[in-house]
Amino acid sequence: MLITTPNLAKPDETYARLIATHDGLSEGESHALNARLVLILMNHIGDDMVLAEALRLARDPGAV
Amino acid sequence: MKHDVPERYALAFRLYPYAKSPDQDAARPVRHKAVVVGGGPVGLATALDLGRRGVPVVLLDDHEGAGLGSRALCFAKRTLEICDRLGAAGPMLGKGVQWNLGKVFHDNRLLYEFNLLPEGGHAMPAFINLQQPWFEKYLHDAILAAQAEGAPIELRGKNRVDGVIPGEDHATLEVMTPDGPYRLEADWLIACDGARSPLRNMLGLGFDGRVFEDNFLIADVKMKADFPTERWFWFEPHFKSGDSALLHKQPDDIWRIDFQLGWNIDRAKELEPARIRARVDAMLGPDVDYELDWCSIYTFQCRRMERFRHGRVLFAGDAAHQVSPFGARGANSGVQDVDNLCWKLALVVAGLAPDSLLDTYDSERVYGADENILNSTRATDFITPKTPVSKLFRNAVLELAETVPFARTVVNSGRLSMPCTYDGSVLNGADHPDMPARSRPGSPCPDAPLATGWLLEQLGRGFVLLAIGAEAPERLEADGLTVPCLQLDPTEALAARYLGGVPAAIYLIRPDQHVAARWDSYEEQAVAAALARAMGKE
Ligand SMILES: Cc1cc2nc3c(=O)[nH]c(=O)nc-3n(C[C@H](O)[C@H](O)[C@H](O)COP(=O)(O)OP(=O)(O)OC[C@H]3O[C@@H](n4cnc5c(N)ncnc54)[C@H](O)[C@@H]3O)c2cc1C
Repeated sequence: MLITTPNLAKPDETYARLIATHDGLSEGESHALNARLVLILMNHIGDDMVLAEALRLARDPGAV
Repeated sequence: MKHDVPERYALAFRLYPYAKSPDQDAARPVRHKAVVVGGGPVGLATALDLGRRGVPVVLLDDHEGAGLGSRALCFAKRTLEICDRLGAAGPMLGKGVQWNLGKVFHDNRLLYEFNLLPEGGHAMPAFINLQQPWFEKYLHDAILAAQAEGAPIELRGKNRVDGVIPGEDHATLEVMTPDGPYRLEADWLIACDGARSPLRNMLGLGFDGRVFEDNFLIADVKMKADFPTERWFWFEPHFKSGDSALLHKQPDDIWRIDFQLGWNIDRAKELEPARIRARVDAMLGPDVDYELDWCSIYTFQCRRMERFRHGRVLFAGDAAHQVSPFGARGANSGVQDVDNLCWKLALVVAGLAPDSLLDTYDSERVYGADENILNSTRATDFITPKTPVSKLFRNAVLELAETVPFARTVVNSGRLSMPCTYDGSVLNGADHPDMPARSRPGSPCPDAPLATGWLLEQLGRGFVLLAIGAEAPERLEADGLTVPCLQLDPTEALAARYLGGVPAAIYLIRPDQHVAARWDSYEEQAVAAALARAMGKE
């Protein structure tokens, strides 16, 4: 099951780190970084059902 | 009066020169049990398999042998196993190049290497590289050998099929020869006439699917370079000879090179030898000596007929389905069609199985074709991404692959052809939950070494029972068949491949070496019921 309830211990810090990771990158480089990040996280999660849910939710955030 | 059956392509081997048949002077069209149209790899294998199963068969082709130009190159283990059953694999292995090691590059960086590391204990290697004309020639050699032993096979060169009239219980063919036209009738007509299938068009049948908007230049070059026997694949190669490139070894010092050229190209210009040489030079470096052996430009399609059976007409090979070459599935899947069709047709012709058994040729091979189309579509989409975001992810995968192992499993430069398991087929019988998944009903039997020879050598003439460490009678007589039982001690390989978590097993094996059903002990009623089911009697 995809976790949609709060699961980050320090949401502000984690979010800031995500933004900071993109510091100094062009838009194209940022897109490439995001693509790599998605792939890395997908592999970490591994579970097909969870990933399918996440993809659905990302495509249509209204569909929770 | 002399008529013309012109050659549409040059021949590599003239195998079955035209000879006038008495059928051509017959007052009425002569009726044959089975007629195969097309003498490519699929047609030749069909004639060979049917003939060896005792079904009289006539093969018609508008040429007299194997066409020049190598096309299919990679022949997979399952194809070799089928060819071995047909008596043709020996010379293929002798001539073919075996390989296990692959390298994947992006731009000028080596991303990673892979080793197919074939599992031990199989008679056939994972793959061989062999030019298609040789594959066809060896099938033809096996036909000659089978004919010498009395197999009722007849090959007719320069016999071009110009018309077909389907009937209730037969089909009539209009055939053109150098001595003029004649007609002949077939109880069963097997259309193996290739991707452009004239028979499919004459019957007005559709062939829908996807065209990939890309052109691939295939250049076979002859060189004495001491490159290792490996498969090298480049994404966006630094030598800029194409958006992707492939280098692969063939027999006789020939190397297959593929360049992806994109969609909007000037074909004639790209085929100029000087231009091709410029691309090859950029790839191989300036000091490599080579000759261009054969070159061609292809666009690829993934498509299939909705149904492979139309009454008395059965479609097989490229005539029925077409895939992009990534993953080498064209000829390999066509040979699996043959494997699936011929035993069924032989049982129906002998009156031992109902006509409806042939409907399972359609259902099982449509399933196989869809699997191949899915795999080769995915590979093609990875190699030639269709949208900017798809390219973004593709390149992200490539970037990660150099350092992060998981990404290597996502890189797709063609998933090599694996045999089809007919999951969910109506012919499948009982399964056992504690036995290995790889040998479940519907799957092709994994090979294993026996005290002398190989397991697969014992399978494939008809139905067979395997009793592995289990008690069973010597044979089962049922449904007009005698099914012999092969008693085997559970060696390590047999236990791993067939027993899994059980101490003993009974397997019912189909004539195409696929598993029909399996149990942990012999019970005559259950086995007989599974046999009836596998013969389409349910
Ligand atoms: C560049 C390239 C690379 C490939 N690489 C691979 C690979 O590595 N592995 C693999 O498995 N596959 C590969 N393939 C695919 C493979 O070549 C085909 O799948 C295979 O040839 C199909 O065999 P077939 O017998 O169905 O048809 P074909 O080989 O096309 O044979 C059809 C035959 O029918 C005859 N015919 C046509 N019309 C008539 C008529 N009216 N009357 C009588 N005869 C007729 C033709 O002359 C021909 O002999 C590749 C293809 C290409 C283009």
